[in-house]
Amino acid sequence: MRPVAVAAFAQTTHTDHDSGLSEPELILPVIRAVREQSGLTEFGFTCSGSCDYLAGAPFSFVSALDALGAWPPIQESHVEMDAAFALYEAWVRLQHGDVDSALVYGFGKSSMGDLREIMTLQLDPYYLAPLGLDQLSYAGLQRSAVQGDFPAIARRSWESAQTNPYALKLPEPVETAPITDGAAAIVLVAGDLLHDRTNLAYINGIAHRIDPHYPGMRDLTRSASAAAAATAAGVGKGPVDVAELHVQFAHEETVLAEALGLSGDTLINPSGGPLAANPVMATGLIRIGEAASRVMDGTAARAVAHAASGPCLQHNLVAVLSRES
Amino acid sequence: MPSEPNPEINHVLEFPGGYTRSTGPVIGRFLTELRAGRIVGVRTAARKVLVPPLEYDPATGEPVVADDFVEVGPAGTVREWTWVEEPRKNHPLDRPFAWALIRLDGADTSLVHAIDAPAKAMRTGLRVWPRWRHDRIGSITDIECFVPEVTTIVANVRTEYTVTPGAALKRYLDALTRNVFLAGRCSTCAAVYVPYRLSCPQCGSVIEDEVEVGPAGTVTTFAINNLPDPRAPQVPFVSAYILLDGADTPIIALLGSVAAGEVTEGMRVRAVFEGGTVKWFAPEREA
Repeated sequence: MRPVAVAAFAQTTHTDHDSGLSEPELILPVIRAVREQSGLTEFGFTCSGSCDYLAGAPFSFVSALDALGAWPPIQESHVEMDAAFALYEAWVRLQHGDVDSALVYGFGKSSMGDLREIMTLQLDPYYLAPLGLDQLSYAGLQRSAVQGDFPAIARRSWESAQTNPYALKLPEPVETAPITDGAAAIVLVAGDLLHDRTNLAYINGIAHRIDPHYPGMRDLTRSASAAAAATAAGVGKGPVDVAELHVQFAHEETVLAEALGLSGDTLINPSGGPLAANPVMATGLIRIGEAASRVMDGTAARAVAHAASGPCLQHNLVAVLSRES
Repeated sequence: MPSEPNPEINHVLEFPGGYTRSTGPVIGRFLTELRAGRIVGVRTAARKVLVPPLEYDPATGEPVVADDFVEVGPAGTVREWTWVEEPRKNHPLDRPFAWALIRLDGADTSLVHAIDAPAKAMRTGLRVWPRWRHDRIGSITDIECFVPEVTTIVANVRTEYTVTPGAALKRYLDALTRNVFLAGRCSTCAAVYVPYRLSCPQCGSVIEDEVEVGPAGTVTTFAINNLPDPRAPQVPFVSAYILLDGADTPIIALLGSVAAGEVTEGMRVRAVFEGGTVKWFAPEREA
């Protein structure tokens, strides 16, 4: 594999309400920040992750390009998923070898609609969506299957978030990720752009796997797809100092920690994780950014990032980051 | 950040009439059977029964066996479940209910559906049956919800009677209208019985002596009642055995004008009459 590294990461100071900024206005500062951090103004490839249903406007991701200045035309793509999966596409694009940089960003304003019911729209239209099964309800089904000390997970996440200036200032621990508006961006570099840079977090493994969609076809106590992605990404090849996990419900951490084979020595979600700020469609990308930041600032030699999509942790992406390629 | 308030507008995203989606042969068969009031699964090459059916085996990705549909349920067993205290407008029920993964009899996978049952009835292992809609269209919502198996029934009893108090009790009740407790004294046993009666319950002799007892007496024992009663002064209230002065047997009556916690055995009480009968007894100092 061609070595690829995170060279820059920025996120908004997330809010629990609509701050009055449009989506391009929300993205603009994080794009500017990663351009400054990376010293790059143009990128060989650009990929974003967002969900048009959050804004209720078709092709809302196209207008978000206004934040980039996409003229003359750029090589650009989009996933209707968390931007962590856009980062995967960018990583694949960099494997082609003809471009050496990629800009990845994600954004979401959950405050505009009813997120719990918007998430019903991702369910299959034959068996699940007609029931009105909402996000809290299908998460509740998985929670009832999983054994764990969920209040302790909520408390630890809340305590960790106290030192995260980008997280929400929640009055008390929560087991359900809060409604959040925000955005994030990452710059990936490869090839010649790796030289003469000292502050990089190499992506030494990245993979995603998917489970059957229908919750009744799965063992909800475990995540076979997260375990398979972790194996493919090489999580078990060395000690994991830090893991940033896409935990939107406290019980998901229990499932993921087992699937990824994390030991008690791994610090999970030192940023507070999604239980402290959940800008939907940027949350997974932020996990990669937070894990990269721990590698870049030297607090972790080896870090794992995880992002999820679909009901009850259906689809899981795992990346392993470290100082050296 | 803008400092002036942003104008807000309500925006509705709706596709009039909805999307038309083809079902394919497998999901279409399932929905057609639902419309007919049956639930079917489909067999995989490994002989597993998928409910609801898919066109492929989620374990292997292999196509399921063509036309190998098998009727399942209609009953099933609850596995995971979660309670919804405040239903959303798109939920199948408008009152608190449970979502559940239901393993229908004969199926190897679980169906997601709603259960209409009291919260205290919900448990893993609960047996449930579908409640069908009368007008079915070929939708997963042709099953309105699932409901618990019938394990109990309620048998109602209500009959009406015409009763009379009997000769002795009628004399006693007549005396009460004059604020008098009428008792009977057995000359053989020398015992005074209240209410008045025609014969002695010990020796069987005919009682000929009528005597008046009370209206004051002594509490011999009592009970504190926590269920409301229309005749009682308050909740909790006290019912007591009271040995009327001059009687050898106690009568049962309510106590009033006293808090339940202040009633003691041996307490002196006096009858409070109202409307031609005894309303209750009250502590003698206040009566």
